[in-house]
Amino acid sequence: MKTFTYERVRTPAEAAAAAARTPGSKFLAGGTNLLDLMKLEIETPAHIIDVGKVGLDKIEPTPAGGLRIGALVTNTDLANHLPVRRDYGLLSRALLAGATGQLRNKATTAGNLLQRTRCPYFYDTNQRCNKRVPGSGCAAIAGFSRQLGVIGTSNACIATHPSDMAVAMRALDAGVETVKANGTTRTIPLAQFYRLPGQTPHLETILEKNELITAVLLPPPVGGVHIYQKVRDRASYAFALISVGAIVQKDGTGRIAVGGVAPQPWRVETAEQLLPAGAKEFTAQLLQGARPTKENAFKLALVENTVAAVLNEARH
Amino acid sequence: MKFETPAGINPIDQQKVIGQPASRLEGPLKTTGTAPYAYEYHQAAPNPAYGYVVGAAIAKGQIRRIDRRKAQAAPGVLAIVTAADVGQLPPGKFYADRLLAGPAVDHYHQAVAVVVAETFEQARAAAALLKVTYTQTKGAFDLTAAKDTAIVPKQGEFGGAPQTKVGDFEGAFAAAPVQLDATYTTPDQTHAMMEPHATMAHWQGDKLTCWCSVQQLNWGARDLGTILGIPQENIRLISAYIGGGFGGKGTALSDLVMASLAARAAGRPVKVALTRPQIFNNTTHRPATIQRIRLGATPDGILTAIGHESWSGNLPGGRTEAATASTKLLYAGANRFTELRLAVLNLAEGNAMRAPGEATGMMALEIAMDELAEKLHMDPIALRIKNDTQVDPEKPERPFSTRKLVECLQTGADRFGWSKRVATPGSVRDGQWLIGVGVAAAIRGAPITTSAARVRLNRDGIVTVETDMTDIGTGSYTIIGQTAAEMLGVGLDRVVVKLGDSAFPQSPGSGGQWGAASSTSGVYAACLKLREAVAKALGLNPAETQFANGQVLAGKRSYALGDAAKAAELVAEDTMTYGTLAKQYAQDTFGAHFVEVGVHRYTHEIRVRRMLAVCHAGRILNPKTARSQVIGAMTMGVGAALLEELVVDKQVGFFVNHDLAGYEVPVHADIPHQEVILLEDLDPTMSPMKAKGIGELGLVGVAAAVANAVYNATGVRVRHYPITLDKLLGKVNLT
Repeated sequence: MKTFTYERVRTPAEAAAAAARTPGSKFLAGGTNLLDLMKLEIETPAHIIDVGKVGLDKIEPTPAGGLRIGALVTNTDLANHLPVRRDYGLLSRALLAGATGQLRNKATTAGNLLQRTRCPYFYDTNQRCNKRVPGSGCAAIAGFSRQLGVIGTSNACIATHPSDMAVAMRALDAGVETVKANGTTRTIPLAQFYRLPGQTPHLETILEKNELITAVLLPPPVGGVHIYQKVRDRASYAFALISVGAIVQKDGTGRIAVGGVAPQPWRVETAEQLLPAGAKEFTAQLLQGARPTKENAFKLALVENTVAAVLNEARH
Repeated sequence: MKFETPAGINPIDQQKVIGQPASRLEGPLKTTGTAPYAYEYHQAAPNPAYGYVVGAAIAKGQIRRIDRRKAQAAPGVLAIVTAADVGQLPPGKFYADRLLAGPAVDHYHQAVAVVVAETFEQARAAAALLKVTYTQTKGAFDLTAAKDTAIVPKQGEFGGAPQTKVGDFEGAFAAAPVQLDATYTTPDQTHAMMEPHATMAHWQGDKLTCWCSVQQLNWGARDLGTILGIPQENIRLISAYIGGGFGGKGTALSDLVMASLAARAAGRPVKVALTRPQIFNNTTHRPATIQRIRLGATPDGILTAIGHESWSGNLPGGRTEAATASTKLLYAGANRFTELRLAVLNLAEGNAMRAPGEATGMMALEIAMDELAEKLHMDPIALRIKNDTQVDPEKPERPFSTRKLVECLQTGADRFGWSKRVATPGSVRDGQWLIGVGVAAAIRGAPITTSAARVRLNRDGIVTVETDMTDIGTGSYTIIGQTAAEMLGVGLDRVVVKLGDSAFPQSPGSGGQWGAASSTSGVYAACLKLREAVAKALGLNPAETQFANGQVLAGKRSYALGDAAKAAELVAEDTMTYGTLAKQYAQDTFGAHFVEVGVHRYTHEIRVRRMLAVCHAGRILNPKTARSQVIGAMTMGVGAALLEELVVDKQVGFFVNHDLAGYEVPVHADIPHQEVILLEDLDPTMSPMKAKGIGELGLVGVAAAVANAVYNATGVRVRHYPITLDKLLGKVNLT
């Protein structure tokens, strides 16, 4: 681990200002991903700004009838929050499908959104990885890619975003509320929050330097049947091969976001018009333009099958 | 004591303590976190420093230059050791791998240097500053590509003959009315034990003490001595508790060597632990195999030809994965052929992992038997029973000492409800799940070997046992304590067991499923001597003296056991050695595994629903620890069947998924229900204990039973482990 300096701040605005003051700084919340990456020197911040005590740990109703989830609400608290379980069951189920109880107790809402990929080549600093060292190449594309992305990827990077929570939030049309160093705030729709890798896979979100996430906003509940089906080799404590987060209405319309296939939760709103026609039609549209490797081409059929399972379950 | 003729009635047969389900003696220490593992000896040596191993960044080539200036200048750094400092080190006797690279690099993450600093964090940070430049050369990493270059190796110390032929296999196979010819593959696997490889090394003059995590301590001292070029007598290894090994900590590995070198260079005790990502490519693993099995049978299911060939790869000088071992012994059949072939691969060393050879080979053979049964329209249990043998099929003059494979299969079938099985695959549904059941036989050798122990008796009647046997989480402490308690007629609460110190009398350690039977037999021998010493001290005739309830009895005279040690502690030491019974008899353990799986109709995720093992493994010294061994092994078998694969990057030349997020082993949610039945068995040809090992038997055959259950559920035959959902997608008939 590279030596770093540390400070604890009291307010979100202070955090953003502190980051602007010290180049090479990183925000620390739950630390479940950042500390691992620092030990491996994949992340080498010169300065750590501990935002753990800035508040932001409440879940509150919004005037619009939705929820405002503080950036520091833990995955455990969010999954167990009664209005979340009642009105946003998809989110609760996605959270509980991820990690372990111990990790969910530490991991935060904002940290979950910002976790890095689990591509094994990203984690081994001897290997080429454009995300870790821009311009060094990608060892994964011609290497072990079974877990990796099939769509939205580029010839520079085929990493996936590993979050379950983000898949649910994408289907729920969540927004990400932030504060910048100059004190201004904005809300970014999650649909626009992540960047596709292109030739710059090290840039993963549209957050500006020193911009701090303060909350995630959920619009008012939309009803429907909420299903999160995560497909994995072992029954627990594994990242998704693929996952399907679905809200299906009685009339057969709905929304579906998919995890484990792309550098971000993958949702194509126009494809959702095909949901009443069935899984095959929907998935063909959802994954149009996919560029899988030989090792992960199975994900295309797996998404279709899993969407079929979800639609079938929603009907019963 | 030399054991040369089958055992008669002896004190162990009382089974007052032996055979009882005693809880582990060290259990409370482990559940309270007070059993110290190697890295946790904070007070044993003064002021330890910390070493961090730097692994090679390439798979094959030469170290061109190591620039240590920045690392040397980093805060807290005390020493940096490379081959440039200590020269080229030879391998030990057991492992072929050189544990310090330089100038050649033989595999990825081979240790290149150890950086020593005041704290672990300083050592790790400085290690990252060590600039190593390499010249890379081309290596061989792909077993399939190297297959044709594989040769039949010379017979090694373990694993048996690489090639065996009985009768006319080719002719009989060609003439067989029913034939099966199929090729199976098993991947590289890692042990994934909880405790990483770790050592604290402490030099006092030319004497070296290491607190370490080594399963066979006297091998460890021998090999460390060879590698460092110092006499074995100058080395003391202590492994009182080991957090799992599964064959991955057999003897000296890089943590032991690098800690020793680091401590010498720093002039201080040094702790070294391999990080989890280093373990996969730095240490050993179970090598991948390609296996071709040919079975010929008559229409009524009598095997007439059995052929099993297996290919594996290893570093030059490494061992062959003896995947044909079980095939030599499991089924009758007049015409037989087995062959092992070994290719050179520049990956980390392939070596022992729980039931080496046997677990691997049975992953293939027991699918083949299932496939043959289907071709014959026979029940797979009936096929196995029909081809049972009570003699070594390669040497019919050599009977099995005890063998109840048929009873294992029948008992298991009854308990599991095998009669309800629907033979036509894909027939049974439960909601969205396709349900299938599978069976496999199990066989694992029961080696037993020389083992020594020392037993002490004090005036309070406390019996203390000392042997360098290790407890890798298996229950060695407990069964050794039970042996001494039974022999001396006391309760387990009157026995103290001290293990895991190479200064104690030598046992064979934990490995090869020989530890339990061998080490308790050594304790038996020492206890016999102590009984004589007790009788003598009390002026009794040893032949007439009884030991029961803490009392020593002869005729009408009775003493408290401790009375014998009133004047001075009594100490007895002996070594159990063996004659030729293992040559006269085939000594093996047997079992049957039954598995029910569900395969999700849409996603094809495979989940085990219930498992049953029936084992026949000599006297069960402790049914609780034995059962724990078996359920742990069954869990490992599920991993082998469904999850575990060290993925080789054939371009770079390394195991890519080198952490426990990438290399998945089963978690609790994968293992819903396990049952174990231990059949009664006393094998007097083994030792006075009449016991055999069981820890590896529980793994053998499990993966094939799972594979066969997946076939029964789906109608898709997967011959390439692990059986993952992508291998089923598009092949399962969903109508």
